[in-house]
Amino acid sequence: MSEPYSSPSADVMIQFDRVVKKFGDHVVLRELNFSVKPGEFVTLIGPSGSGKTTILRLLMTLEQVDGGTIQVCGDYLSHMQRGGRFVPADERYLRARRKRIGMVFQQFNLFPNMNVLQNVTEAPVRSLGLSKADAAERARDLLDMVGLSDKVQAHPMRLSGGQQQRVAIARALAMRPQVLLLDEVTSALDPELVAGVLSVLKEIARTTDITFLCVTHEMQFARDVSDRVMMFDKGQVIEDAPPEQLFTQPAHERTRSFLHAVIDRSG
Amino acid sequence: MDWDWGYAVDSLPLLAEGMLVTLELTLAGSLLAYLLGLVFAVIRQLRIPGLSQIVFLIVEFIRSTPLLIQVFAFFYLLQPAIGVKLSPFLTGVIALGVHYATYTSEVYRAGIDAVPKGQWEAATALSLPRGRVWTGIILPQAVPRVLPALGNYTISMFKETPLLLAIGVVDVLNRAKEAGAETFRVIEPYTLAGVFFLLVSYPASILVRKLERRVGTV
Repeated sequence: MSEPYSSPSADVMIQFDRVVKKFGDHVVLRELNFSVKPGEFVTLIGPSGSGKTTILRLLMTLEQVDGGTIQVCGDYLSHMQRGGRFVPADERYLRARRKRIGMVFQQFNLFPNMNVLQNVTEAPVRSLGLSKADAAERARDLLDMVGLSDKVQAHPMRLSGGQQQRVAIARALAMRPQVLLLDEVTSALDPELVAGVLSVLKEIARTTDITFLCVTHEMQFARDVSDRVMMFDKGQVIEDAPPEQLFTQPAHERTRSFLHAVIDRSG
Repeated sequence: MDWDWGYAVDSLPLLAEGMLVTLELTLAGSLLAYLLGLVFAVIRQLRIPGLSQIVFLIVEFIRSTPLLIQVFAFFYLLQPAIGVKLSPFLTGVIALGVHYATYTSEVYRAGIDAVPKGQWEAATALSLPRGRVWTGIILPQAVPRVLPALGNYTISMFKETPLLLAIGVVDVLNRAKEAGAETFRVIEPYTLAGVFFLLVSYPASILVRKLERRVGTV
Protein backbone atom coordinates (compact mmCIF):
# COMPACT_ATOMS: atom_id res chain seq x y z
CA MET A 1 0.00 0.00 0.00
CA SER A 2 1.24 3.46 -0.86
CA GLU A 3 2.23 6.15 1.61
CA PRO A 4 -0.22 8.97 2.26
CA TYR A 5 0.47 12.09 0.20
CA SER A 6 2.81 10.12 -2.05
CA SER A 7 3.47 11.86 -5.33
CA PRO A 8 1.81 9.89 -8.08
CA SER A 9 3.74 8.71 -11.07
CA ALA A 10 2.70 9.77 -14.55
CA ASP A 11 1.21 6.35 -14.86
CA VAL A 12 -1.59 6.98 -12.40
CA MET A 13 -4.79 8.82 -13.28
CA ILE A 14 -6.77 8.18 -10.13
CA GLN A 15 -5.28 7.41 -6.75
CA PHE A 16 -7.25 6.67 -3.58
CA ASP A 17 -5.11 6.75 -0.45
CA ARG A 18 -6.62 5.40 2.77
CA VAL A 19 -9.92 7.06 1.91
CA VAL A 20 -12.52 7.02 4.64
CA LYS A 21 -16.13 8.03 4.08
CA LYS A 22 -18.84 7.91 6.70
CA PHE A 23 -22.49 8.79 6.64
CA GLY A 24 -23.22 9.48 10.27
CA ASP A 25 -22.04 6.44 12.18
CA HIS A 26 -22.10 4.27 9.11
CA VAL A 27 -18.63 3.77 7.63
CA VAL A 28 -19.04 3.37 3.87
CA LEU A 29 -15.37 3.33 2.89
CA ARG A 30 -12.72 2.22 5.34
CA GLU A 31 -9.15 3.20 4.42
CA LEU A 32 -9.70 2.43 0.78
CA ASN A 33 -6.65 2.26 -1.50
CA PHE A 34 -6.65 1.77 -5.23
CA SER A 35 -5.34 3.39 -8.36
CA VAL A 36 -6.39 3.58 -11.99
CA LYS A 37 -4.04 4.07 -14.92
CA PRO A 38 -4.66 6.58 -17.71
CA GLY A 39 -6.96 5.14 -20.33
CA GLU A 40 -7.99 2.19 -18.22
CA PHE A 41 -11.61 1.04 -18.08
CA VAL A 42 -12.27 -0.10 -14.54
CA THR A 43 -15.59 -1.52 -13.44
CA LEU A 44 -16.70 -1.63 -9.83
CA ILE A 45 -19.02 -4.45 -8.90
CA GLY A 46 -20.42 -5.57 -5.61
CA PRO A 47 -23.60 -5.67 -3.55
CA SER A 48 -25.56 -2.47 -3.10
CA GLY A 49 -24.37 -0.45 -0.15
CA SER A 50 -20.79 -1.61 -0.67
CA GLY A 51 -19.66 1.96 -1.44
CA LYS A 52 -19.26 1.82 -5.23
CA THR A 53 -21.39 4.84 -6.01
CA THR A 54 -19.80 6.72 -3.12
CA ILE A 55 -16.43 6.33 -4.83
CA LEU A 56 -17.77 7.98 -7.98
CA ARG A 57 -19.45 10.74 -6.00
CA LEU A 58 -16.22 11.44 -4.11
CA LEU A 59 -14.36 11.72 -7.41
CA MET A 60 -17.03 14.10 -8.73
CA THR A 61 -16.70 16.06 -5.45
CA LEU A 62 -20.39 15.59 -4.74
CA GLU A 63 -19.25 14.20 -1.40
CA GLN A 64 -16.23 15.06 0.74
CA VAL A 65 -13.84 12.52 2.24
CA ASP A 66 -13.68 12.02 5.99
CA GLY A 67 -10.12 10.77 5.85
CA GLY A 68 -7.32 10.00 3.42
CA THR A 69 -6.73 11.63 0.05
CA ILE A 70 -7.83 11.35 -3.54
CA GLN A 71 -5.63 12.39 -6.44
CA VAL A 72 -6.63 12.84 -10.06
CA CYS A 73 -3.95 13.58 -12.68
CA GLY A 74 -1.48 14.07 -9.86
CA ASP A 75 -3.59 16.78 -8.20
CA TYR A 76 -5.21 16.36 -4.85
CA LEU A 77 -8.95 16.45 -5.18
CA SER A 78 -9.91 16.37 -1.55
CA HIS A 79 -7.20 18.68 -0.30
CA MET A 80 -5.15 21.58 -1.56
CA GLN A 81 -1.76 22.87 -0.54
CA ARG A 82 -1.67 26.20 1.19
CA GLY A 83 1.57 27.41 2.76
CA GLY A 84 3.06 23.93 2.62
CA ARG A 85 0.13 22.46 4.53
CA PHE A 86 -2.73 20.34 3.35
CA VAL A 87 -6.11 21.90 3.93
CA PRO A 88 -9.53 20.82 2.68
CA ALA A 89 -10.04 21.97 -0.91
CA ASP A 90 -12.14 25.08 -1.43
CA GLU A 91 -14.82 25.59 -4.06
CA ARG A 92 -12.58 27.45 -6.54
CA TYR A 93 -9.89 24.80 -6.40
CA LEU A 94 -12.48 22.07 -6.85
CA ARG A 95 -14.09 23.77 -9.80
CA ALA A 96 -10.80 23.82 -11.68
CA ARG A 97 -10.16 20.12 -10.93
CA ARG A 98 -13.69 19.02 -11.75
CA LYS A 99 -13.37 20.07 -15.37
CA ARG A 100 -11.22 17.01 -16.03
CA ILE A 101 -13.91 14.70 -14.71
CA GLY A 102 -17.29 13.92 -16.18
CA MET A 103 -20.15 11.92 -14.78
CA VAL A 104 -23.16 10.17 -16.21
CA PHE A 105 -25.93 9.57 -13.70
CA GLN A 106 -28.43 6.79 -13.23
CA GLN A 107 -31.34 9.24 -13.59
CA PHE A 108 -29.75 11.15 -16.54
CA ASN A 109 -30.35 14.53 -14.84
CA LEU A 110 -30.77 16.39 -18.10
CA PHE A 111 -31.82 20.01 -17.73
CA PRO A 112 -35.55 20.02 -18.56
CA ASN A 113 -35.61 23.76 -19.26
CA MET A 114 -33.25 23.33 -22.21
CA ASN A 115 -33.45 21.43 -25.46
CA VAL A 116 -31.02 18.66 -26.34
CA LEU A 117 -28.49 20.93 -28.03
CA GLN A 118 -28.55 23.44 -25.17
CA ASN A 119 -28.01 20.62 -22.67
CA VAL A 120 -24.83 19.67 -24.49
CA THR A 121 -23.51 23.18 -25.21
CA GLU A 122 -24.26 24.67 -21.78
CA ALA A 123 -21.10 23.53 -20.00
CA PRO A 124 -18.62 24.08 -22.86
CA VAL A 125 -19.91 27.66 -23.18
CA ARG A 126 -20.27 28.46 -19.48
CA SER A 127 -17.44 26.43 -17.97
CA LEU A 128 -14.84 26.25 -20.73
CA GLY A 129 -15.59 29.57 -22.40
CA LEU A 130 -16.17 28.16 -25.88
CA SER A 131 -18.06 30.32 -28.36
CA LYS A 132 -21.64 29.27 -28.93
CA ALA A 133 -20.83 28.28 -32.51
CA ASP A 134 -17.86 26.12 -31.49
CA ALA A 135 -19.85 24.50 -28.70
CA ALA A 136 -22.74 23.80 -31.07
CA GLU A 137 -20.40 22.19 -33.59
CA ARG A 138 -18.87 20.03 -30.87
CA ALA A 139 -22.34 19.13 -29.60
CA ARG A 140 -23.62 18.17 -33.06
CA ASP A 141 -20.62 15.87 -33.58
CA LEU A 142 -21.24 14.20 -30.24
CA LEU A 143 -24.99 13.88 -30.76
CA ASP A 144 -24.22 12.33 -34.12
CA MET A 145 -21.89 9.86 -32.43
CA VAL A 146 -24.55 8.81 -29.91
CA GLY A 147 -27.07 8.48 -32.74
CA LEU A 148 -29.26 11.47 -31.94
CA SER A 149 -28.44 13.93 -34.70
CA ASP A 150 -32.15 14.14 -35.52
CA LYS A 151 -33.07 15.11 -31.94
CA VAL A 152 -30.94 18.23 -31.63
CA GLN A 153 -33.90 20.55 -31.12
CA ALA A 154 -35.99 18.07 -29.14
CA HIS A 155 -37.05 18.60 -25.57
CA PRO A 156 -35.35 16.05 -23.31
CA MET A 157 -38.61 15.03 -21.66
CA ARG A 158 -39.93 13.92 -25.04
CA LEU A 159 -37.12 11.40 -25.46
CA SER A 160 -37.02 7.80 -24.28
CA GLY A 161 -34.86 6.98 -21.27
CA GLY A 162 -32.23 5.48 -23.54
CA GLN A 163 -32.15 8.59 -25.70
CA GLN A 164 -31.97 10.82 -22.63
CA GLN A 165 -29.05 8.84 -21.31
CA ARG A 166 -27.25 9.13 -24.65
CA VAL A 167 -27.74 12.90 -24.52
CA ALA A 168 -26.30 12.83 -21.00
CA ILE A 169 -23.27 10.94 -22.31
CA ALA A 170 -22.80 13.52 -25.08
CA ARG A 171 -23.19 16.29 -22.50
CA ALA A 172 -20.44 14.81 -20.32
CA LEU A 173 -18.14 14.23 -23.31
CA ALA A 174 -18.59 17.81 -24.51
CA MET A 175 -16.35 18.86 -21.61
CA ARG A 176 -13.59 16.60 -23.04
CA PRO A 177 -13.01 14.97 -19.66
CA GLN A 178 -9.96 12.85 -18.92
CA VAL A 179 -12.00 10.74 -16.56
CA LEU A 180 -15.58 9.64 -17.10
CA LEU A 181 -17.61 8.23 -14.24
CA LEU A 182 -20.55 5.99 -15.10
CA ASP A 183 -22.96 5.53 -12.20
CA GLU A 184 -25.33 2.66 -13.00
CA VAL A 185 -26.16 4.38 -16.25
CA THR A 186 -28.54 1.67 -17.46
CA SER A 187 -30.26 0.85 -14.17
CA ALA A 188 -33.19 3.22 -14.77
CA LEU A 189 -33.77 2.10 -18.34
CA ASP A 190 -36.34 -0.25 -19.78
CA PRO A 191 -34.56 -3.49 -20.73
CA GLU A 192 -34.91 -2.97 -24.47
CA LEU A 193 -33.12 0.40 -24.26
CA VAL A 194 -30.05 -0.84 -22.40
CA ALA A 195 -28.18 -2.24 -25.40
CA GLY A 196 -28.21 1.05 -27.31
CA VAL A 197 -26.62 2.93 -24.41
CA LEU A 198 -24.03 0.24 -23.77
CA SER A 199 -22.97 0.05 -27.40
CA VAL A 200 -22.43 3.82 -27.43
CA LEU A 201 -20.25 3.50 -24.33
CA LYS A 202 -18.29 0.62 -25.81
CA GLU A 203 -17.59 2.70 -28.88
CA ILE A 204 -16.38 5.63 -26.78
CA ALA A 205 -14.17 3.37 -24.68
CA ARG A 206 -12.70 1.88 -27.84
CA THR A 207 -12.04 5.13 -29.70
CA THR A 208 -10.92 7.53 -26.95
CA ASP A 209 -8.22 7.50 -24.30
CA ILE A 210 -10.64 8.52 -21.57
CA THR A 211 -10.18 6.77 -18.24
CA PHE A 212 -13.42 5.12 -17.15
CA LEU A 213 -14.66 4.24 -13.73
CA CYS A 214 -17.92 2.39 -14.07
CA VAL A 215 -20.45 1.09 -11.57
CA THR A 216 -22.80 -1.36 -13.23
CA HIS A 217 -24.83 -4.50 -12.79
CA GLU A 218 -24.46 -5.35 -16.49
CA MET A 219 -21.95 -8.15 -16.10
CA GLN A 220 -21.66 -8.96 -19.79
CA PHE A 221 -20.87 -5.32 -20.52
CA ALA A 222 -18.33 -5.23 -17.70
CA ARG A 223 -16.72 -8.33 -19.11
CA ASP A 224 -16.60 -6.92 -22.65
CA VAL A 225 -15.17 -3.47 -22.02
CA SER A 226 -13.26 -3.55 -18.75
CA ASP A 227 -9.52 -3.74 -18.43
CA ARG A 228 -10.00 -4.47 -14.78
CA VAL A 229 -12.88 -5.33 -12.48
CA MET A 230 -12.85 -4.55 -8.80
CA MET A 231 -15.15 -6.45 -6.48
CA PHE A 232 -16.27 -4.38 -3.48
CA ASP A 233 -17.72 -5.47 -0.24
CA LYS A 234 -18.22 -3.42 2.92
CA GLY A 235 -16.14 -0.50 1.68
CA GLN A 236 -13.12 -2.58 0.72
CA VAL A 237 -11.76 -3.98 -2.53
CA ILE A 238 -11.82 -7.70 -1.98
CA GLU A 239 -10.80 -8.71 -5.47
CA ASP A 240 -9.14 -6.83 -8.31
CA ALA A 241 -8.51 -8.71 -11.53
CA PRO A 242 -8.89 -8.65 -15.32
CA PRO A 243 -12.48 -9.49 -16.25
CA GLU A 244 -11.82 -12.90 -17.80
CA GLN A 245 -10.15 -13.97 -14.58
CA LEU A 246 -12.62 -12.41 -12.18
CA PHE A 247 -15.69 -13.69 -13.99
CA THR A 248 -14.43 -17.20 -14.71
CA GLN A 249 -12.20 -17.97 -11.73
CA PRO A 250 -13.05 -15.61 -8.90
CA ALA A 251 -10.51 -16.04 -6.15
CA HIS A 252 -12.72 -14.88 -3.35
CA GLU A 253 -15.74 -16.73 -2.04
CA ARG A 254 -17.68 -13.47 -1.65
CA THR A 255 -17.12 -12.67 -5.36
CA ARG A 256 -18.32 -16.10 -6.33
CA SER A 257 -21.56 -15.84 -4.40
CA PHE A 258 -22.16 -12.31 -5.67
CA LEU A 259 -21.65 -13.34 -9.30
CA HIS A 260 -23.92 -16.33 -8.80
CA ALA A 261 -26.66 -14.13 -7.42
CA VAL A 262 -26.36 -11.54 -10.17
CA ILE A 263 -26.18 -14.03 -13.01
CA ASP A 264 -29.10 -16.05 -11.61
CA ARG A 265 -31.16 -12.91 -11.42
CA SER A 266 -30.43 -11.83 -14.99
CA GLY A 267 -31.16 -15.36 -16.15
CA MET B 1 -81.66 54.54 1.92
CA ASP B 2 -82.33 54.62 -1.81
CA TRP B 3 -79.79 53.91 -4.46
CA ASP B 4 -79.22 57.00 -6.61
CA TRP B 5 -77.98 55.97 -10.04
CA GLY B 6 -77.30 59.52 -11.10
CA TYR B 7 -75.09 60.12 -8.09
CA ALA B 8 -73.36 56.79 -8.53
CA VAL B 9 -72.45 57.68 -12.11
CA ASP B 10 -71.34 61.16 -11.09
CA SER B 11 -68.96 59.80 -8.48
CA LEU B 12 -67.33 57.42 -10.93
CA PRO B 13 -64.62 59.73 -12.32
CA LEU B 14 -63.38 60.50 -8.83
CA LEU B 15 -63.46 56.82 -7.90
CA ALA B 16 -61.67 55.89 -11.12
CA GLU B 17 -58.72 58.05 -10.08
CA GLY B 18 -58.57 56.10 -6.85
CA MET B 19 -58.89 52.78 -8.66
CA LEU B 20 -55.89 53.68 -10.77
CA VAL B 21 -53.87 54.42 -7.62
CA THR B 22 -54.96 51.11 -6.08
CA LEU B 23 -53.86 49.23 -9.20
CA GLU B 24 -50.55 51.09 -9.29
CA LEU B 25 -49.95 50.28 -5.62
CA THR B 26 -50.64 46.60 -6.25
CA LEU B 27 -48.44 46.38 -9.32
CA ALA B 28 -45.49 48.23 -7.77
CA GLY B 29 -45.88 46.40 -4.46
CA SER B 30 -46.06 43.02 -6.20
CA LEU B 31 -42.98 43.74 -8.28
CA LEU B 32 -41.06 44.59 -5.12
CA ALA B 33 -42.42 41.51 -3.34
CA TYR B 34 -41.45 39.24 -6.26
CA LEU B 35 -37.90 40.58 -6.48
CA LEU B 36 -37.18 40.96 -2.78
CA GLY B 37 -38.76 37.57 -2.01
CA LEU B 38 -36.45 35.95 -4.52
CA VAL B 39 -33.44 37.67 -2.96
CA PHE B 40 -34.54 36.50 0.51
CA ALA B 41 -35.04 32.94 -0.73
CA VAL B 42 -31.68 32.73 -2.48
CA ILE B 43 -29.82 34.22 0.49
CA ARG B 44 -31.42 31.66 2.79
CA GLN B 45 -30.69 28.83 0.39
CA LEU B 46 -27.02 29.85 0.10
CA ARG B 47 -26.68 29.57 3.89
CA ILE B 48 -24.29 32.51 4.10
CA PRO B 49 -23.25 32.66 7.76
CA GLY B 50 -24.81 35.71 9.40
CA LEU B 51 -26.69 37.05 6.40
CA SER B 52 -28.98 34.02 6.12
CA GLN B 53 -29.86 34.28 9.79
CA ILE B 54 -30.58 38.01 9.51
CA VAL B 55 -32.95 37.36 6.62
CA PHE B 56 -34.59 34.60 8.63
CA LEU B 57 -35.20 37.00 11.53
CA ILE B 58 -36.57 39.73 9.25
CA VAL B 59 -38.94 37.26 7.63
CA GLU B 60 -40.15 35.85 10.94
CA PHE B 61 -40.58 39.32 12.48
CA ILE B 62 -42.60 40.68 9.57
CA ARG B 63 -44.76 37.60 9.35
CA SER B 64 -45.56 37.79 13.04
CA THR B 65 -46.87 41.36 13.13
CA PRO B 66 -49.89 42.97 11.42
CA LEU B 67 -49.36 44.85 8.18
CA LEU B 68 -51.13 47.95 9.51
CA ILE B 69 -48.72 48.21 12.42
CA GLN B 70 -45.78 47.79 10.05
CA VAL B 71 -47.17 50.60 7.88
CA PHE B 72 -47.51 52.88 10.89
CA ALA B 73 -44.10 51.95 12.21
CA PHE B 74 -42.48 52.56 8.84
CA PHE B 75 -44.28 55.87 8.27
CA TYR B 76 -44.28 57.43 11.72
CA LEU B 77 -41.26 55.84 13.43
CA LEU B 78 -38.67 54.56 10.99
CA GLN B 79 -38.79 57.35 8.43
CA PRO B 80 -38.39 60.21 10.95
CA ALA B 81 -35.73 58.18 12.76
CA ILE B 82 -33.58 57.87 9.65
CA GLY B 83 -34.49 61.35 8.46
CA VAL B 84 -36.41 60.59 5.27
CA LYS B 85 -39.91 61.57 4.29
CA LEU B 86 -41.46 59.38 1.64
CA SER B 87 -44.86 60.04 0.14
CA PRO B 88 -47.73 57.95 1.51
CA PHE B 89 -47.88 56.16 -1.87
CA LEU B 90 -44.20 55.20 -1.85
CA THR B 91 -44.43 54.24 1.82
CA GLY B 92 -47.36 52.00 0.92
CA VAL B 93 -45.52 50.35 -1.96
CA ILE B 94 -42.50 49.59 0.19
CA ALA B 95 -44.55 48.40 3.16
CA LEU B 96 -46.68 46.11 0.99
CA GLY B 97 -43.65 44.92 -1.02
CA VAL B 98 -41.54 44.05 2.00
CA HIS B 99 -44.46 42.50 3.87
CA TYR B 100 -45.39 40.25 0.96
CA ALA B 101 -41.74 39.49 0.15
CA THR B 102 -41.65 37.47 3.36
CA TYR B 103 -44.45 35.32 1.96
CA THR B 104 -43.15 35.11 -1.60
CA SER B 105 -39.73 34.10 -0.25
CA GLU B 106 -41.36 31.00 1.25
CA VAL B 107 -43.02 30.31 -2.08
CA TYR B 108 -39.72 30.59 -3.93
CA ARG B 109 -38.06 28.40 -1.31
CA ALA B 110 -40.62 25.67 -1.91
CA GLY B 111 -40.08 26.05 -5.65
CA ILE B 112 -36.31 25.80 -5.29
CA ASP B 113 -36.64 22.78 -2.99
CA ALA B 114 -38.84 21.10 -5.58
CA VAL B 115 -36.00 21.11 -8.14
CA PRO B 116 -34.52 17.60 -7.93
CA LYS B 117 -31.13 17.21 -6.26
CA GLY B 118 -29.85 15.60 -9.44
CA GLN B 119 -30.08 18.96 -11.20
CA TRP B 120 -27.62 20.49 -8.73
CA GLU B 121 -25.37 17.46 -9.06
CA ALA B 122 -25.39 17.54 -12.86
CA ALA B 123 -24.54 21.24 -12.73
CA THR B 124 -21.66 20.50 -10.38
CA ALA B 125 -20.43 17.64 -12.54
CA LEU B 126 -20.32 20.06 -15.49
CA SER B 127 -18.37 22.64 -13.46
CA LEU B 128 -20.96 25.31 -14.15
CA PRO B 129 -20.25 28.58 -12.33
CA ARG B 130 -22.46 29.10 -9.31
CA GLY B 131 -24.31 32.12 -10.66
CA ARG B 132 -25.10 30.26 -13.85
CA VAL B 133 -26.43 27.28 -11.91
CA TRP B 134 -29.00 29.63 -10.38
CA THR B 135 -29.88 31.66 -13.46
CA GLY B 136 -29.60 28.89 -16.04
CA ILE B 137 -30.72 25.74 -14.23
CA ILE B 138 -32.45 26.18 -10.89
CA LEU B 139 -34.57 29.33 -11.21
CA PRO B 140 -35.88 28.58 -14.72
CA GLN B 141 -37.27 25.37 -13.24
CA ALA B 142 -38.39 26.78 -9.89
CA VAL B 143 -40.04 30.04 -10.95
CA PRO B 144 -42.70 28.80 -13.41
CA ARG B 145 -44.00 26.44 -10.75
CA VAL B 146 -44.46 29.26 -8.23
CA LEU B 147 -46.20 31.72 -10.56
CA PRO B 148 -49.73 30.74 -9.42
CA ALA B 149 -48.76 31.20 -5.77
CA LEU B 150 -47.22 34.58 -6.56
CA GLY B 151 -50.40 35.53 -8.38
CA ASN B 152 -52.46 34.65 -5.31
CA TYR B 153 -50.32 36.94 -3.17
CA THR B 154 -50.83 39.75 -5.65
CA ILE B 155 -54.60 39.32 -5.37
CA SER B 156 -54.35 39.23 -1.63
CA MET B 157 -52.17 42.38 -1.63
CA PHE B 158 -54.68 44.11 -3.90
CA LYS B 159 -57.42 43.50 -1.36
CA GLU B 160 -55.28 44.82 1.49
CA THR B 161 -54.35 48.12 -0.15
CA PRO B 162 -57.32 49.99 1.44
CA LEU B 163 -55.61 49.88 4.82
CA LEU B 164 -53.15 52.43 3.45
CA LEU B 165 -55.99 54.89 3.94
CA ALA B 166 -54.58 55.07 7.46
CA ILE B 167 -51.53 56.99 6.23
CA GLY B 168 -53.46 59.00 3.67
CA VAL B 169 -52.85 57.16 0.42
CA VAL B 170 -55.45 58.42 -2.02
CA ASP B 171 -56.69 55.05 -3.23
CA VAL B 172 -60.17 54.02 -4.26
CA LEU B 173 -61.43 53.76 -0.70
CA ASN B 174 -60.09 57.18 0.16
CA ARG B 175 -61.82 58.60 -2.91
CA ALA B 176 -65.07 56.93 -1.87
CA LYS B 177 -64.74 58.44 1.56
CA GLU B 178 -64.05 61.81 -0.04
CA ALA B 179 -67.14 61.57 -2.22
CA GLY B 180 -69.23 60.57 0.77
CA ALA B 181 -67.94 63.45 2.86
CA GLU B 182 -69.00 65.98 0.25
CA THR B 183 -72.52 64.70 -0.26
CA PHE B 184 -73.25 62.72 2.90
CA ARG B 185 -74.19 59.81 0.64
CA VAL B 186 -71.84 56.90 1.30
CA ILE B 187 -73.72 53.88 -0.04
CA GLU B 188 -73.01 54.49 -3.72
CA PRO B 189 -69.25 55.24 -3.57
CA TYR B 190 -68.50 52.48 -1.08
CA THR B 191 -70.57 49.97 -3.01
CA LEU B 192 -68.84 50.92 -6.24
CA ALA B 193 -65.46 50.57 -4.57
CA GLY B 194 -66.47 47.10 -3.39
CA VAL B 195 -67.69 46.16 -6.85
CA PHE B 196 -64.37 47.34 -8.28
CA PHE B 197 -62.47 44.97 -5.97
CA LEU B 198 -64.79 42.13 -6.91
CA LEU B 199 -64.49 42.81 -10.64
CA VAL B 200 -60.70 42.68 -10.48
CA SER B 201 -60.13 39.95 -7.88
CA TYR B 202 -62.55 37.38 -9.16
CA PRO B 203 -61.33 37.18 -12.77
CA ALA B 204 -57.76 37.36 -11.48
CA SER B 205 -58.26 34.34 -9.25
CA ILE B 206 -59.81 32.43 -12.15
CA LEU B 207 -56.70 33.26 -14.18
CA VAL B 208 -54.48 32.00 -11.37
CA ARG B 209 -56.44 28.76 -11.20
CA LYS B 210 -55.99 28.30 -14.94
CA LEU B 211 -52.29 28.93 -14.55
CA GLU B 212 -52.17 26.39 -11.73
CA ARG B 213 -53.65 23.75 -13.98
CA ARG B 214 -51.03 24.52 -16.61
CA VAL B 215 -47.87 24.56 -14.54
CA GLY B 216 -48.96 22.47 -11.56
CA THR B 217 -48.39 23.60 -8.01
CA VAL B 218 -45.41 23.22 -5.76
